[in-house]
Amino acid sequence: MSTNASPPAPLIALDGIRKTYNAGLPNEAEVLHGVSFDIAHGEFVALIGPSGSGKSTLLNIVGLLEPASAGSYRVEGAEMAGLGDAALTLRRRASLGFVFQFHHLLPAFSALENVTLPALMREGRVTPAALARARAVLAAVGLAQAMDKRPGELSGGMQQRVAIARALVLEPPLVLADEPTGNLDTAASDEVFALMRRMHAELGTSFLVVTHDPRLAARCDRVLELVDGRLVRDESTSVSAVATKPE
Amino acid sequence: MLGFESRVATRFLREGRMQTVLIIVGVAAGVAVVAYISALITGLQANTIQKTLGAQAHLTISPLDDAVLAARAPASAGMSELVQTQPRAQRPRSVANWQTLVPLLEAMPEVAAVSPMVAGAGLALRGEATKSIALVGVDLDRYDRIVGLRAKVVAGVARLGPGDGIIGRELADDLGVRVGDRVGISTGGVNDSLRVTALVDLGVREFNRRTVIVPLRTAQSLVGLPGGATSLDLTLVDIWSARALADDLAARWPYKAESWQQANAQLVSALNAQSVSTGLIRAVVLVVVVLGIASVLVVSVVQKQREIGILRAMGATQGQVLRIFLLQGAIVGALGSALGVLLAVLLIWAFTHFVRGADGLPLFKIVLAPMLALRVAAIATVCGVLAAVAPARRAARLDPAQAIRM
Repeated sequence: MSTNASPPAPLIALDGIRKTYNAGLPNEAEVLHGVSFDIAHGEFVALIGPSGSGKSTLLNIVGLLEPASAGSYRVEGAEMAGLGDAALTLRRRASLGFVFQFHHLLPAFSALENVTLPALMREGRVTPAALARARAVLAAVGLAQAMDKRPGELSGGMQQRVAIARALVLEPPLVLADEPTGNLDTAASDEVFALMRRMHAELGTSFLVVTHDPRLAARCDRVLELVDGRLVRDESTSVSAVATKPE
Repeated sequence: MLGFESRVATRFLREGRMQTVLIIVGVAAGVAVVAYISALITGLQANTIQKTLGAQAHLTISPLDDAVLAARAPASAGMSELVQTQPRAQRPRSVANWQTLVPLLEAMPEVAAVSPMVAGAGLALRGEATKSIALVGVDLDRYDRIVGLRAKVVAGVARLGPGDGIIGRELADDLGVRVGDRVGISTGGVNDSLRVTALVDLGVREFNRRTVIVPLRTAQSLVGLPGGATSLDLTLVDIWSARALADDLAARWPYKAESWQQANAQLVSALNAQSVSTGLIRAVVLVVVVLGIASVLVVSVVQKQREIGILRAMGATQGQVLRIFLLQGAIVGALGSALGVLLAVLLIWAFTHFVRGADGLPLFKIVLAPMLALRVAAIATVCGVLAAVAPARRAARLDPAQAIRM
């Protein structure tokens, strides 16, 4: 009898994901019609598509912020369907980092405090190690001099860098970024995107980036395109070969 | 413990500074009103009771009233009769075996002091002045433990040797006597004269105008009850046990036992009404405090929806979000309570210093007892947490995906 080593489980695996709003009501609407794809460890994936194509809904499902109506969703091999809020929250805490379009930092906390929040949430206190790690990540995103500033005192690009630092500080295997450059000018967009690529290269973290910007999508390893709730494209880009190099 | 929740709760409160200050001031005002009213009413009632009982026993034992019994054969079976008899005039009578009764009463744990008394009516005569008086015959030392007589002396020295007497201040004015003067006493057929050793202020003008206190033996002779006592006055360790003890004694022995509450039924009703009203005011104020905290936190939840969504997305559990808002309620309640207690102390100080009677002295003593302050503060803090329950549940149940889109 031969023993074949099974291939490593993908980081996330979606199979036939459907999402229906207002099920059973006259205004019932299915916005995702059986979406399937995998993301492997260390991939940098763009999710593109026109407005209303279901990108945000798909990202919410991948981010465990809302459940799928049907289909299978596995994170690191574990099925997420049917899990309760508490289990989903703990899984989110352990496996996922978020970067939102409008930065979504807590305005009452300094940049450093925003970055230490995940550790505080998990441990109930900020250990010296967690604090050192937060400082290191902030320094890595170029904000060593702005750690004590509140979000209101930072530019849009700087706020987004704080958000990236916060998403990465606990080193989750996957970061979900929803239009991370959508609110920035071109220069700041390039800067933030380059930062994400660099962190991806340095930490090996997988990224799923929702973007409208085809220029940025073309700089990802792989592009998923969603149209009317259906995945119409899933292809590797020409940059995937060089994407793992630090920029 | 609760490091994350307390950090976020305090930051949320600091972020909405004006809102937070306003609600803390609101809670403080409510707590101050509750604490101040409680202290005021407690002081007022204690003062009223003290003044009332200053010249009264907590419990009085006296002989049963004379009753006229109809001298008829009992009605036959199946018949009922309504017999009307003329009530009998009550004559002075002695408490039977009072000398034996006194040590029995003194041995009771509820009883602090017992004093036999002979009470009767008479006239005080001085020159052409004649005044009707209430004659009180007592053993001075025992009576002092009932009404604190020595402390009420306003002139002279309280002393009750044979032929001595202590009279009320107003009566002395009416008769024009001073300490050392002699006053004639007449009780029907018996006349005597006594030397005034002291003038007393019993706290009630009518008592001061009528009271003449003489030695027990003198009163027995004047009232015509040799060796007798018309009543036994008792001071109790706990004044509120008077009613129960009176019922107990009346059931146990063939005497009439009257508590101070029965003797002052109207006063007790007034005090009860006052307590109920105060309780209602306190309850309404606490409800207002709860609603105030709840409304501010509801607004805070709406304002913080996005932050709550972010925290949930980052992995904050529903329990953590719930505790963030419960803590906010507790913090607002606790800070408001502390400030409210300080405010109450200030109000009490102002009342004591600026509200004075006609004699220039404070009307009565008000003190905010530490236990009362602690109790009010604890209740307000608990109210803060309770007020936060609904907003906290709402925050915890927010759909994170929807909250982030807000």
